[in-house]
Amino acid sequence: MARFSAANEQLARSIVSRYPLPKSATIPLCHLAQEQDGHLTDDAMGHIAELVGCTAAEVLGTASFYEMFKRHETGTYCVNVCTNISCLLLGGEELLEHAEQKLGVRPGGTTADGMFTLEDVECIAACTEAPALQVNYRYFHQITTDEFDQLVDDLRAGKLADEIPPHGTLGKVRQEIPADKVANITPPEQQTEPVWIARHRLAAEAAAPAEGGES
Amino acid sequence: MPEGAATPELARVTSRWAVDGSHTIDGYRSSGSYAGYESIKAALDMTPDQVSGLVKDATVLGRGGAGFPAGVKWGFCPPGVWPRYLVVNGDESEPGTYKDRILMERDPHQLIEGCLIAAYAIGVAQVFLYVRGEMAHAQERIAAALNEAYAAGLVGKNILGTDFSVDIVLHWGAGAYIVGEETALIESLEGNRGMPRLKPPFFPAAKGLYMAPTIVNNVETLANLPWLVAHGVDEYRSVGTEASPGTRLIALSGHVNTPGVFEVPQGTTTFRELFESEQYGGGIRDGHHLKMFIPGGASAPWFFPEQVDLPLEGRVIGGEGSMLGSGAIVVMDETTDAVKACLRVVRFFARESCGKCAPCREGTTWEEKILQRILDGHGRPSDLDLLLDVADNISPGPYPTAAHPDAGLEAVPFPPRQTTICPLGPSSVAPITSAIRRFRPEFEAKITKRDSIPVSAAPAAPAPTPTAQGHH
Repeated sequence: MARFSAANEQLARSIVSRYPLPKSATIPLCHLAQEQDGHLTDDAMGHIAELVGCTAAEVLGTASFYEMFKRHETGTYCVNVCTNISCLLLGGEELLEHAEQKLGVRPGGTTADGMFTLEDVECIAACTEAPALQVNYRYFHQITTDEFDQLVDDLRAGKLADEIPPHGTLGKVRQEIPADKVANITPPEQQTEPVWIARHRLAAEAAAPAEGGES
Repeated sequence: MPEGAATPELARVTSRWAVDGSHTIDGYRSSGSYAGYESIKAALDMTPDQVSGLVKDATVLGRGGAGFPAGVKWGFCPPGVWPRYLVVNGDESEPGTYKDRILMERDPHQLIEGCLIAAYAIGVAQVFLYVRGEMAHAQERIAAALNEAYAAGLVGKNILGTDFSVDIVLHWGAGAYIVGEETALIESLEGNRGMPRLKPPFFPAAKGLYMAPTIVNNVETLANLPWLVAHGVDEYRSVGTEASPGTRLIALSGHVNTPGVFEVPQGTTTFRELFESEQYGGGIRDGHHLKMFIPGGASAPWFFPEQVDLPLEGRVIGGEGSMLGSGAIVVMDETTDAVKACLRVVRFFARESCGKCAPCREGTTWEEKILQRILDGHGRPSDLDLLLDVADNISPGPYPTAAHPDAGLEAVPFPPRQTTICPLGPSSVAPITSAIRRFRPEFEAKITKRDSIPVSAAPAAPAPTPTAQGHH
């Protein structure tokens, strides 16, 4: 629990290699650390700093800006209830109030068994499905209070474990770029005019004087 | 439930929404209003300048909010300066908006092909597809689609056997609305806090990612390109208006019978048609009537029943005092508490202010506090003037507004002025000026009649019980 495991360190290095400059990998690596530990630990931030070539304080500076990075223990399931305008109009606040009662915590709180963290969130882009919520960033649309209770019971019983990975895991599918398919990832100062642009430019330049001579 | 385009002829970016398996490479190739990955082949037979010319001639307007022509934006890259980067803005977070998420989830290859066409035309070294962190499913779909496209030789080195090579990298955001602003997006992509940069000098086309020329385009903008290359400029311009040709996606939510994301002709469709047509909103919810609506995302000044016959044309809406923005329309009926709706939108901006500019950081916070105390029954008679004064410090001068003949208000055109680097702070003023100018008596009633604390008009409200008191 802390620094990346050997397998994750390898994965982290492959993510770093996708960017022209390593520091760009900071946010993806913070996600990877959360996937490993459930939240973002100080040791992980130190390890990320080593991998992207900055200080741990800089990683913390970046990570602390973004809501999705939790720097403390978070429930297995992060329940995000939207109360922004479209959901407000169709019962989002009432759904949040019900969620508080059902889970016995206020927004930002985690249940004693460590199963659920409840959050009151801004627009989650499901406005025509209001009131909407997410569990570990998976959508549940037009949720009634009864459906909410059922959802919580199902999550507690582990019935949705296949669909909803524990908090920290985002996309279950990861982009993979085979080494032999990489086009051209180098630092910006090593980049030159792309070959197809140069080819068309040279062709145009070769054609232009000829046309000019004829006219 | 209606969704997408009203007729197959209008389905350009939504043509595969109802098709099972359209998110796979085979599904993309075998369905929809054009043949998948044929457009990039056609583009590679043209010169990069010809492809840019096509986008310029068609007047493909940016679909992210500002509505700036994409072809013109591409032309802002200084000639002969390399590398250039393309960043796809998939950090869709504007309240009311969710078109890009559906595009990414249901037709990821369309977006990838759009990226390839743009990258070829601009001369891009690398594409970054920045997807909002909270959209796990969209990330999965795009990651899978990119893996397929790399395996098929459509992305990466020597695409389709030519000298065109480009990498597309999926990048996850982590929850910050402000990162939708293009310079903040670039900061975030560099691994920093997502705070906007000062413009000038940091116009992305000149000094963007790693200080190199960078084009930031919205998901929907790029998703239009494969269709455009397949069908040509004339057909692209065959719907919509001269200034706003083509279709655009509208997310219609709130108090309509059938909310949804619809692909409609730009410029010609009116709000009334969207709200009332059975193909779209299906009318205001039963027995109710329109009180107000937000025409273009939470940042847009509100419109009222007088404005329902306006067309969805950026210039017209701008002249009438609001904007089409991100294509998010939120409909509110007469049961809606204007003060509460205003507070909720303002709270959003207060929470999402990045903190870089003092007028926004402090101003949005005070706007929220003042509105909250009015709603809680602790408002003071001076609060409305105070609110407008705070708002004026973020956005000085007359704020864009819709006309209201009864109140003697004339339309003030968009955009607002600002004392901040980016438009987030000034956006927080939109609900305040809209609501106070139009519904001032509602505010005053809450201030003077302190027992009239409102109850939400939403259905199925649970009995008010003390909630979660005493919990940790």
